[in-house]
Amino acid sequence: MKSEKFDMGDIDIAWCPGCGNFGILNVLKKTLDELKIDPGNLVLVSGIGQAAKIPHYLKTNFFNGLHGRALPPATGIKASNPSLTVIAESGDGDMYGEGGNHFIHTIRRNPDITNIVHNNMVYGLTKGQASPTSQRGFVTPVQVAGVILEPFNPLAVAIALNAGFVARTFIGDMDKTIEIFKKAINYKGYALVDVLQPCVTFNKINTYQWFRDNTYYLEDSYDSHDRNTAFKRATEPDKLPLGIFYINPDKTPFEENTGVYQQNDTPLFNREVDYGKLESLISKYALV
Amino acid sequence: MANLSAKKGRDISVVLCGQAGQGIQTVEKLFTRILKANGYHVFATKEYMSRVRGGMNSTLIRISDKPVCAFIDRIDILVGLNKGTVKHLKKRITPETMIIGEMGVLGDEVENKNRLLDIPFSEIAANIGSKIYSNTVAVGALISMLSVKPEEVIDCLKQFFKDKSQEILEKNIEALKAGYEKAVNLENFSSIKIKAAAINEVKKQILVNGSEAVGLGAIAGGCNFISSYPMSPSTAVLVFLAQNSRDFGILAEQAEDEISAINMAIGAWYAGARAMVTTSGGGFALMTEGISLAGMLESPMVIHLAQRPGPATGLPTRTEQGDLELALYAGHGEFPRIIFAPGTLEDAFYLTQKAFNIADKFQIPVFILTDQYFIDSYYNTEPFNLKNCTVEKHFIETSENYRRYKLTEDGISPRGIPGFGRGLVCADSDEHDQEGHITEDLELRIKMVDKRLKKLDLIKQESIPPELLGPENYENLIICWGSTINIINEAVSNLGRKDTAVLYFKQVYPLHESANKLINKASKTIVVENNAAGQFARLLKIHADVNISHNILKYDGLCFASDSIAEKIKKLL
Repeated sequence: MKSEKFDMGDIDIAWCPGCGNFGILNVLKKTLDELKIDPGNLVLVSGIGQAAKIPHYLKTNFFNGLHGRALPPATGIKASNPSLTVIAESGDGDMYGEGGNHFIHTIRRNPDITNIVHNNMVYGLTKGQASPTSQRGFVTPVQVAGVILEPFNPLAVAIALNAGFVARTFIGDMDKTIEIFKKAINYKGYALVDVLQPCVTFNKINTYQWFRDNTYYLEDSYDSHDRNTAFKRATEPDKLPLGIFYINPDKTPFEENTGVYQQNDTPLFNREVDYGKLESLISKYALV
Repeated sequence: MANLSAKKGRDISVVLCGQAGQGIQTVEKLFTRILKANGYHVFATKEYMSRVRGGMNSTLIRISDKPVCAFIDRIDILVGLNKGTVKHLKKRITPETMIIGEMGVLGDEVENKNRLLDIPFSEIAANIGSKIYSNTVAVGALISMLSVKPEEVIDCLKQFFKDKSQEILEKNIEALKAGYEKAVNLENFSSIKIKAAAINEVKKQILVNGSEAVGLGAIAGGCNFISSYPMSPSTAVLVFLAQNSRDFGILAEQAEDEISAINMAIGAWYAGARAMVTTSGGGFALMTEGISLAGMLESPMVIHLAQRPGPATGLPTRTEQGDLELALYAGHGEFPRIIFAPGTLEDAFYLTQKAFNIADKFQIPVFILTDQYFIDSYYNTEPFNLKNCTVEKHFIETSENYRRYKLTEDGISPRGIPGFGRGLVCADSDEHDQEGHITEDLELRIKMVDKRLKKLDLIKQESIPPELLGPENYENLIICWGSTINIINEAVSNLGRKDTAVLYFKQVYPLHESANKLINKASKTIVVENNAAGQFARLLKIHADVNISHNILKYDGLCFASDSIAEKIKKLL
């Protein structure tokens, strides 16, 4: 599964051998290639963490910002130049923990970006503490008696906020993940894909095998347009469903709603100030 | 009766005092506009409590036949709309102060009843139809002081109430006339008569406040993106740009918090927009990691920081120059920045405009440091001249082998933006190589730090020199920065000393090289600033290597007053 267009060649990758991130990287490259996206027209935005290093491993424009802060710059980039394809990608700690407030409000704002979250239910780069999605009882050097907090349910939160596209995949199934990535990127508006992946170093519970045993696909007959059902399926207590939980085809992206592109689709970098108009605005202050 | 006729160099100060939500703002707005339209120089500023209704707020309006643009303590005429007016302003009321108000409201508070012009605002308004016209009755009483007849201000009223119905306009005209008639027929009316001459040039000038000057400057600088979170007193700039967003194609977004605001704005710059944030106090504290990000990404950024007293929530609606050191040191790690501190409306306009160009040129964060006093003060000034305003875009069209952080002689790597050119634009908050990829090559680390810091030499070459006001052969030098300049300048001019000058810094970091000579030339130096620790004096000692003889500091949440600060300066000379 190689994609030359986005390939960086022989580079040093900072992930552990066997890490689920490799699968996500390959899937992403393949997806972008198949969608015929031009690397020069793509911006990959990430935060900090092992997952957030992904922009360094494929050939594209990128904005590797601060921990938890991938979504605000991704919004700013898309809003400043809507012709760019923007993907915000980081780990569960970054997106759901440090960036939790941005996660909520980016969904409300609905920029046309794809939000891919590497969810391995543990903190990797800081060496094995609980993440927001760690399950109850998960023992770590900090959560010594096991996690006592309710796990964060990103899908339920996104559906509750009426996110336009909400999906979950497992990186053990690359073909299905590619299929869902494509739909997410093509969706016009904010699209969340929570990607289950194992951390081979710090999470000995949620392994490849565990995910295989504890996930299943939503049925073919499942209607992804029903928000109430989607919420119900996202909150199932036992096994984790995979697939597209919810699609709302009626949403307008943030950048279109701002009005800035209503009469003029020029990206902001190519615009000029209307000094004549400014002069008349200033002169209005001479009146009463 | 004291004669308040405006002599040369003497202005009249009118103070309006009332509860929040009672409409003193309407009186202030209408009256100042009438004054300017009739050729009087006018200055207004307000102090107010952090609440939407009730409490006691006051607005100072100065009227003169020469330019006025500073706060003073003295009150010549006090318009009190509420009980408690006299108590609220007792430190500033003198035996000469004339008070206009209702006997029924202020009767108990005013000791010398001869000093009270009894105008029953609400009763007159009620007779016209509703108490809501009280404010216009008060304006009618106020214009009676001038040689302006109600008929002459009807155009002003029409303009002011242009969005209201004909009936409301007519009622307001009636209210204005009634207030005027009541005042001129009072026995002690002559005591408030002003004989200031009308100046024709004033009529053509503009009346703007600090936030409008910053906002207009931003538009002139090509600002097309603002993301911010509301916080007093900085919100006015967000509101201004949002109000004008449709006309100027500005994307104005209220972010979920200040962290998001600045990160969104940095993203916008990355994609080629010209973005700014406006914030205050704790909001800026949240932005500091973003400032550091701008430092590392070498992203342009414009930050309007309207200071208010801290720490923490402090006094939300009051003023202070307490965040200079915060702006100076905000953000972890070492990287260059520029801090402008405009003290005049003109400077606020031109420096904000310049901030966008210079941020883009050097790829650094540039601060516009103001404060509540500056944001909420306004006076008539020449219309801002757009002749020299240009939008300098410093990004390039990239070629195939483009490297975002290319090591160059002067430290500035040409800035590409994604989707413009054939290169890839890689920006990384980690230490990075020339392409923008994460690195732990420690020799390259040194090169990258040097590259970022090297820009400071270029930046210094373009620093704005401090402005010397007063005699060039001075013994004493009064040093100030930002919003205090007009107050200090008026105070020192009124002292009339040939041996004392004022040095005004509108760029406080990095300092212009002339600072050292200008300051060390004086045998006595006094730094006046609106904070408790003397932050600018400290900055001068570190960065200009100068001696400071005295500090005059004020940190009660209010600005300096030109009359009382003059006394303090005089004692030190």
